[in-house]
Amino acid sequence: MSFCRLAGLCCLTLLLTGCSGNWGWYVVDPTVPAGWINLKFLLSGLYYTLLLSFTAIVISIVIGLAVALPALSANRALRRFNRIYVELVRAVPILVLILWVYYGLPQMTGLSITVFWAGVIALALSDSAFEAEIFRAGIQSIDKGQYEAAHSISLSYTDMMMYVILPQAVRRILPALGNQLVYMLKMSSLVSVIGMQELTRKANELVVVEYRPLEIYTVLVLEYLVLILIVSAGVRWLERKLQSDQRG
Amino acid sequence: MVKTSFCAMLNLSAKAMIKVENVSKTFGDFHALKNVSLEVLTGEKVVVCGPSGSGKSTLIRCINGLERHDEGLIEVADNRLTHTSSSLRAVRSSVGMVFQQFNLFPHLTVKQNLTLGPVRTRKLSQPDADKLAMAYLERVRIPEQADKFPRQLSGGQQQRVAIARSLCMEPQIMLFDEPTSALDPEMINEVLDVMSELAGSGMTMICVTHEMGFAKRVADTMVFMDHGEIVEKAPPEQFFSNPGTERCRDFLSKILAH
Ligand SMILES: Nc1ncnc2c1ncn2[C@@H]1O[C@H](COP(=O)(O)OP(=O)(O)OP(=O)(O)O)[C@@H](O)[C@H]1O
Ligand SMILES: [Mg+2]
Repeated sequence: MSFCRLAGLCCLTLLLTGCSGNWGWYVVDPTVPAGWINLKFLLSGLYYTLLLSFTAIVISIVIGLAVALPALSANRALRRFNRIYVELVRAVPILVLILWVYYGLPQMTGLSITVFWAGVIALALSDSAFEAEIFRAGIQSIDKGQYEAAHSISLSYTDMMMYVILPQAVRRILPALGNQLVYMLKMSSLVSVIGMQELTRKANELVVVEYRPLEIYTVLVLEYLVLILIVSAGVRWLERKLQSDQRG
Repeated sequence: MVKTSFCAMLNLSAKAMIKVENVSKTFGDFHALKNVSLEVLTGEKVVVCGPSGSGKSTLIRCINGLERHDEGLIEVADNRLTHTSSSLRAVRSSVGMVFQQFNLFPHLTVKQNLTLGPVRTRKLSQPDADKLAMAYLERVRIPEQADKFPRQLSGGQQQRVAIARSLCMEPQIMLFDEPTSALDPEMINEVLDVMSELAGSGMTMICVTHEMGFAKRVADTMVFMDHGEIVEKAPPEQFFSNPGTERCRDFLSKILAH
C-alpha cells in the first residue's frame, strides 16, 4: 500500500522532470561521480536525523509517562502539576524552544551544551506534553476492573502499573505513539537552524554550493517520505504483532 | 455433609475470620451501607442476596478494601482494615476476590495470569509459581488451557481461571461477587461446581449470588440485604422455609418463581 503511494510520487517527479527543461538532475545523479558524492553527502544527514529523533522520542516518552501518572492521582496538587506542565510546554513553538535551549540555557546555567543535546532536549520537552496526554488517555481507557483485580492479588502500585496497566495501555496507544515518532522525525529538521548536521542541514549546505534548490530539496522531500513510510510500516507491524499476541 | 456452622456451634471458641462492626458507607449523599454488622467464622460459608442496589457488592468490596468504609470497624484474619498501604496489603493477602466480569488480564496467558501475584507479591520463583499455577488449574479442571489467552476461553472457563488466580495467592477467605451473573446458563454449573468443591475444602467464603440452589447446598448462613442494611441473617433451612420479614419473603418469591 505505502509502496504504491511511493511509486506514485516517483512517477509524478519524473513527469515533472519531463515537463520542464529547468531540471538539472546531474547534481544528484549517482552515475556521475560528482552527483554520487553529492547524494552521499545528502544521505549522510540520515544518521543524525535518526539518532536525534529516536533519542528524543525515548526521553519524551519517559517524561510523558512521569507527567501522565500524577494526572491520574487522587491528589489535587499532583493533577494541577500535570495540567500546568502540559499547558505551558504545549504553548511554546518547537523552533523557539530549540533556540532558547541552545542559546539561552547555557547563559542561564553556565553549562555549555552541544548542538545535539540542545536539539534532543528541546524536541523531547516539546513532545513530552503530547506524550503525557496520550499516556493519560491510554491509562484512563483501561477498565477499572483491571485495577481491582490487581489490588485483589495485592500487587504494589509499581507492579500493577508495570505488569497490568501499562502493557495494556501501550498496546492501545501504539498508533498514537507511532504518530508522535513520525512527527518527531519531521520536527527534527528544525534543529538544522542551530547547525545540527542532519538531513535538512545537509540539503541547505548543498544548495548553497550547487545552486540547484529544486533537485536537492526534491531529494530531501523523498528522503523524509521514504523514512517515514518505513517507520509507519514498522509501527503497524508492531501493532499487529502485539494484537495477535493477545489472541495467541 | 456436616455443615461447618454445626461444628462452629459445638466449638464455642470458633474464631471469627471476618468482623464487620457498624460499618457505614456513603457515595455522596447516598447511603450504600447503613450500620452493617456481620461476623464470619473460620470455615463458614455466607451467601448474601438482595435486590439490585441493596449494597451487596459494596459490603464485600469494603471487606478487602476496594471501597473505603466511612465508619465502623472491619477486621479480617486479625488485621484491622485502616487503608494504610500496610494494612491493605495484610488484609488483601488473606482475601481472594472473584468478580462478576472475571477481570482477567487480557494481555497475559492463563498461566501468566495465575503466576503474576505469586511471583510479584509472594516472591515465589517462576518455576515454583508455574507448578502452583498448574496445580490450581487442575483443581478448576482446565490445565489444558494454561497457555491460551483469556479471550480464547469461554465465559465459564474464564471465571474458573479467575478463581484459580485468587487461589494461587493461597488466601484464607474467598469473596465472590455474583460470579455467575455474566455467564450463559449452560456455563453456570461448571463454575458453581468449582465453588462447591472449594466450600467442601473448608475455605471461608462470602458469596453474593442469586443461585439459590447453590445457596441451599453450600451456605451455613444466609444474609438478605436491602437498602444498605442486613435485614435478615439465618441458617438456610430457616431462611428459605420461614423468612422473618416481609421484604425478604417478597424477594425470595420473586427469584424462586423462575
Ligand atoms: N462508586 C460508586 N459511586 C456512586 N454510587 C455507587 C458507587 N458504587 C455503588 N454505588 C451505589 O450504591 C448502591 C449499592 O451498590 P452495590 O453495587 O453495592 O449494589 P448491589 O447490591 O451489589 O447491586 P447489584 O445487584 O446491582 O450488583 C447502588 O445504588 C449504587 O448505585
Ligand atoms: Mg453488585
